[in-house]
Amino acid sequence: MSDLLRLTGQHLLIVAIAVAIAIAAGVPLGTFAHRRRRAGGIAMRITDIVQTIPSLAMFGFLIPLPFIGGIGARPAVVALVLYSLLPIVRSTFVGLDRIDPHVREAATAMGMTDRQLLWNVELPLATPAIVAGIRIAAVTAIGVATIAAAVGGGGLGTLIFRGVAMVDTRLILSGALPAAVLAIGADLLLTQVEHYFARRRGEA
Amino acid sequence: MIRAENAILDHISLHITRGERVAYLGRSGAGKTTALKVINGLVAPSSGEVLVDGTSIAQHALPQLRRRIGYVMQQPALFPHRTVFDNIATVPRLLAWPEERIRAECERLLDQLELPAATFGARFPRMLSGGQQQRVAIARALLASPEILLCDEPFSALDPLIRAELQHLLTAAARNTTLVFVTHDVREALRIAERVILFDDGRVVVDTPASAFLQHEHPLVRRFVDA
Repeated sequence: MSDLLRLTGQHLLIVAIAVAIAIAAGVPLGTFAHRRRRAGGIAMRITDIVQTIPSLAMFGFLIPLPFIGGIGARPAVVALVLYSLLPIVRSTFVGLDRIDPHVREAATAMGMTDRQLLWNVELPLATPAIVAGIRIAAVTAIGVATIAAAVGGGGLGTLIFRGVAMVDTRLILSGALPAAVLAIGADLLLTQVEHYFARRRGEA
Repeated sequence: MIRAENAILDHISLHITRGERVAYLGRSGAGKTTALKVINGLVAPSSGEVLVDGTSIAQHALPQLRRRIGYVMQQPALFPHRTVFDNIATVPRLLAWPEERIRAECERLLDQLELPAATFGARFPRMLSGGQQQRVAIARALLASPEILLCDEPFSALDPLIRAELQHLLTAAARNTTLVFVTHDVREALRIAERVILFDDGRVVVDTPASAFLQHEHPLVRRFVDA
């Protein structure tokens, strides 16, 4: 039981670190992509391609790499960041793109600087969409993190792989069920956060 | 003095005096909206210059200039994530007014626009009718007492009764402000402005006191008046 708690905590920690890094990189990247369509389009294509790499293959690619790769929690976090990036970049872009151009024109005409426009108008209006992207990123990361155990990343995947090796269904389920519960729980929680922000802009 | 030359405007030279109420009249595509937007720098002339208060408007100082110029469009374009009060407080907050002053001015102005602050201040734009939203947009443009108010067909999406009421309220609330009002409605232009400038095909074709407009012999004026 203490093993289960420890691995669950480890699982959540890896996911939390990875998603936090992905938010810190993805929101600015999505904003940049929206301002500079051409350069941003290329950045989005790259995150698109990264997203299509099968997760076990991704870990395989990371093992021989120095610094960010190898074995353990570090390549696990790197892989999860790469997977979490796309939904966050894309949802930031879409959230900004959906803003009524007249609202942007009004803000500019009232004397907001570019930075004030971004922080006071654009990002608040894009927040529900950005949170939706974070939700998808988190749920995906919780799933992919189970595979991180294959490269010694720890987490609930450890129990699943151990169970597979020992042909022990109970052991497999003791990793698989909590992982599923985590994913569903994160989905429900972040859906609530999304609704909270949508309500705050007076939409509900 | 406004001089702008581009695809839409060609060889325009206009002088608007402080406190004057001017209507830009014309059919769609005549260039009147462009001529309006050069004043607050939303459109940059490809050649020529725009002087406000005797000073050429400079790209880097546009945010500061715009805080002295109110702007109302056909779409209320309120910030959907902010309450009525917070929408109206936008420019005073950019100017770092104290909150008590903003609140007091906001209540006074909303009362004048017949949209009681006690009832509407805390509501979100989505909960208001089109006419109410446009009142908030007017209040948002006027709260910081701008020297110039630019209006781009602000009432053309409203029904006739509300339109007449808002024309009246706007002219009362903007009494001490230089007003430039774009419209394609002759009656609206004459009701609001003391000077009418008629645009056609990117040029100024008539520039006349409002009192003389109906008698003007220019063929386009006749077509507007007889329509």
